[in-house]
Amino acid sequence: MAMADIYQNNYMSMAPTERRFEPYAFNGGNILAVAGEDFAIVASDTRLSQGFMIHSRDHPKAVQLSSSTVLAQSGFEGDITTLKKHVKIRIDMYEHNHGKKASTSAIASMISKMLYYKRFFPYYVYNIVAGLDDVGKGCVFSYDPVGSYEREQYRAAGAANELLQPLLDNQIGHKNMEGDFLPLSKEKALQLCIDCFISAAERDITTGDCVFLHVIDKDGIATKEFPLRRD
Amino acid sequence: MSIMSYNGGAAIAMKGKNCVAIASDLRFGIQAQTVGMDFEKVFPMSDRLYLGLTGLATDVQTVVQKLAFQLKLYELRENRPISPKTFLSVVSNVLYEKRFGPYFIEPVIAGLDPKTSEPFIASCDLIGCPMEPEDFVVTGTCAVQMYGMCEALWQPDMEPDQLFECVSQALLNSVDRDAGSGWGAVVHIVEADKVTTRRLKARMD
Repeated sequence: MAMADIYQNNYMSMAPTERRFEPYAFNGGNILAVAGEDFAIVASDTRLSQGFMIHSRDHPKAVQLSSSTVLAQSGFEGDITTLKKHVKIRIDMYEHNHGKKASTSAIASMISKMLYYKRFFPYYVYNIVAGLDDVGKGCVFSYDPVGSYEREQYRAAGAANELLQPLLDNQIGHKNMEGDFLPLSKEKALQLCIDCFISAAERDITTGDCVFLHVIDKDGIATKEFPLRRD
Repeated sequence: MSIMSYNGGAAIAMKGKNCVAIASDLRFGIQAQTVGMDFEKVFPMSDRLYLGLTGLATDVQTVVQKLAFQLKLYELRENRPISPKTFLSVVSNVLYEKRFGPYFIEPVIAGLDPKTSEPFIASCDLIGCPMEPEDFVVTGTCAVQMYGMCEALWQPDMEPDQLFECVSQALLNSVDRDAGSGWGAVVHIVEADKVTTRRLKARMD
């Protein structure tokens, strides 16, 4: 009888307690890439935030992977750091194993496989790879977090992708317009990237501070920066 | 899924130089299924006053009838056309009356003042909080896309032709990136001496 009481008391007082682990955060930011005939442009803002908190105003989201390839990432900064580290290691290994530099399309394919490898505990990262392909044409590859990827002419990803993608459809894809259009010039593409980020910074609180522009062409990779609103 | 996006739809209004534009898509859907392709969401309320309503389609119809009724009462009582600013107050009050059981709609208003022909645009949230910006207002399931388009395309003092192109491109490219809106569009350009209404040729998918 005494034992039963103890057992029952313990049983009754042991209310179930739940402990949760939140493996993901969202650190905002915005990335954008445009491919031209013989160049590619990658643009990304430099704000690192979480909710209403700005952690950094000077945190570039694009990184150079080779002489003709740039990777831009947005999403969860922890996963971005990890994925970026592994991608760089794999590119070095490729060079040692094959005795040649990895091409943009080879890097693009590898990243897809690295993302799908984590299919059931994904990296919370939106990636865009841009650069020159094997014949020197501009190329952009965009991904979902589990590795589905596609070669495109232009793509916006990150917090303000919904604001920017229709604008790119219109201004680069010439959607809902009639007539013949000139091929996209480097100057027009650059100005468009800046305008996109000015617009995004107006309406998206996670975009702002500064936009970094990487221009990839046969002469290498040039980096420019342009200030954005800081509020 | 939110009740605000049950039927889908988009509306937009913009200010120009001595003119305003207001436009909507034509889709009427039930979640992902498109049911109608001729559901205008912009309604002429009086001579130079237009109202755009997006949200739950049944509430769109109820609210537009309720406002038309209020407007007739006003015009009979005052014996003059309503000014857009006053109409905004009417809309706001009709919506706030249902503060704790709201109509699931978000209105935009565009018009010219009957006396001064001053351009006017405004929008409300579903419980009647008014907003009168000096550039553009957007509402609907692709509001985010329209903000992106308008922020880049809008400029001050556009002529009626420019304004038509701007509002049309903003709307069409936005609805093309939203599964809940599209299936054609209608645009009204309101000027002091005339109102031009055009149906746009759009992607039908």
